[in-house]
Amino acid sequence: MKGKLLPAFFAAGLTLLLGASVLGVQLQSQGIDTVVMVHGPLTWLGLFAAAVVVFAYQLIKGRVQRVREKARQGSRFRLPAFLENPAQRRLMIALAIGALLLFPFLAERSAIDIATLTLIYVMLGLGLNVVVGLAGLLDLGYVGFYAVGAYTYALLNSYFGFSFWEALPIAGGMTALFGYLLGFPVLRLRGDYLAIVTLGFGEIIRILLNNLTEITGGPNGIARIPEPSLFNLQFARRADEGYTSFHEFFGIAYDPTHKVMYLYILSLLFALAVAYIIYRLMRMPIGRAWEALREDDIACRSLGLNPTAVKLSAFTIGASFAGIAGSIFAARQGFISPLSFTFIESAIVLAIVVLGGMGSQLGVILAAIAMTLLPEIAREFNEYRMLLFGLIMVLMMVWRPQGLLPLKRPQMELKRG
Amino acid sequence: MADTPLLSVRDLSMRFGGLLAVDRVSMDVAPREVVSIIGPNGAGKTTVFNCISGFYRPTDGEVLFENKPMHRLPGFKIARAGMVRTFQNVRLFKEMTVVENLLVAQHMQAERNLLKGLLLTRGFRRREAELLDRAAHWLERVGLIEFANREAGNLAYGQQRRLEIARCMVTQPKLLMLDEPAAGLNPNETHDLDRLIVQLKEEEGITVLLIEHDMSLVMGISDRIYVVNQGKPLADGTPEEVRRNPEVIKAYLGEE
Repeated sequence: MKGKLLPAFFAAGLTLLLGASVLGVQLQSQGIDTVVMVHGPLTWLGLFAAAVVVFAYQLIKGRVQRVREKARQGSRFRLPAFLENPAQRRLMIALAIGALLLFPFLAERSAIDIATLTLIYVMLGLGLNVVVGLAGLLDLGYVGFYAVGAYTYALLNSYFGFSFWEALPIAGGMTALFGYLLGFPVLRLRGDYLAIVTLGFGEIIRILLNNLTEITGGPNGIARIPEPSLFNLQFARRADEGYTSFHEFFGIAYDPTHKVMYLYILSLLFALAVAYIIYRLMRMPIGRAWEALREDDIACRSLGLNPTAVKLSAFTIGASFAGIAGSIFAARQGFISPLSFTFIESAIVLAIVVLGGMGSQLGVILAAIAMTLLPEIAREFNEYRMLLFGLIMVLMMVWRPQGLLPLKRPQMELKRG
Repeated sequence: MADTPLLSVRDLSMRFGGLLAVDRVSMDVAPREVVSIIGPNGAGKTTVFNCISGFYRPTDGEVLFENKPMHRLPGFKIARAGMVRTFQNVRLFKEMTVVENLLVAQHMQAERNLLKGLLLTRGFRRREAELLDRAAHWLERVGLIEFANREAGNLAYGQQRRLEIARCMVTQPKLLMLDEPAAGLNPNETHDLDRLIVQLKEEEGITVLLIEHDMSLVMGISDRIYVVNQGKPLADGTPEEVRRNPEVIKAYLGEE
């Protein structure tokens, strides 16, 4: 007991110190001055209570951990048994897709809008998962490709009047090209060095977009990006010359929610397509090569695999998914500026991959949902929501360092007849 | 040597800064031969291996494989030409399963067209089935078939060594290069390895170049032996000749 007293005091003191500086005092501007405002006694009481809790926890930590260890041994988290059976799993996936397709007709507009954003992050997470989770290349500049995709659509539209559907394949190809060109010099590096250089590239793209004012409008961004049309049916109240609007065609009243619903369904279909494509890639020679490269690139070379080509393919394919997600993002927002593509976006997408479990598709999807919904749900806590966010991250590291659903093997089984 | 050599190394030298690790080593390996390189620790055997297999670019000299120069090519191209090697410390894809290890090795034979794979065309499926069949065949040969879906990292050490050889063999190489294949094996496993190498030579018609410390293995299976000491070629000949060579005895046992 005695040996625990000192660390417990230390932890409690640390809690008090950090808590006091974060919650106890506040800087406020009065006119041109900034004054330190000390909060009322209630806050301080709370802080002391927190310190006492930390102190008590430190004392009984050993016992708590033992209980937890026992609980963990008792219940190893696994997918429910019915999901292991392929036929039943297929049924479950079909049901889930059906529910997701029905969702916009039941939910309210803001919920659909957030769901669309979530799906965009699902796409980004899945795309980065190819690069980081499968091929093991730490890419901190993924948002650069996202930006290229968004700006490709926005610029093609504002200068040449390309529609979403015309611009989408170009955006995908353009980001793939960017991934390829950036990959060439960068992929000789590995690990930390690769991370730093990709981080730089991501920033370079953002700063370029910010400073090429004549072309991109700089920090003012590009506005009035039209949403996609449905077979030439537009979702605006009044369609452009030569087009019909959606509500007129079906003879229903104009409702701005239609557009939101359409964007949601579109993102859902794209996210499903991306998930399926990566599912297939993982079971193809190229996917196996990615994983092999992550484990041992020297062995790969000794077996005749060209490491540069394998890495480049992962980089290029991952980038093109970000490009498609970027175009959809631009269409959803209607307005983009370099501010949407800061480093924090890369960090969030990387957090999605790591939280979900490197290489695991279902894990990444769940993590993307959690990462976008959490801040929305926690909006009520307003300034504390980043704190909550951090807390959840720390708890994840403690309880499931391998991610929500780590990649499960085998991808391919040898069945004996 | 009646045949023209499959692999021919001419005056190979490798310099690391001031250290001449390999000094004008030459050797010839005829088809269907088992040739060993032996020498005391630090003699430069693995460096010779790394130069031949393209992991180092030799400072001087040339490596001819089927009369084609290899010494300027990157490692993966040399592997594609039909020279495949193992490593002193096993280099498996440890988190992948045993059979997946063998599938990765067959990358060059696989159907790599993305579209065919995404659409699961019949050609793609047939090719993948072929790869699985060949993997199963080799797992059977090295006695690992019941571990096919196990993670490679969980195999016992001796099994990992055999898997590494199987992984080379599925690439259908002409020359198999083994870097200390018996290191860390117990006498039983070494005996199995001995039999496996002889089988590979006799049934598959494969040529083997190996580095080994285990003298009983080397003397038993080698057709010819090259001795390297301090980067320099010391002697070569049949096991019997090498065994009696006074220079070799001196290098191994020291001056009297």
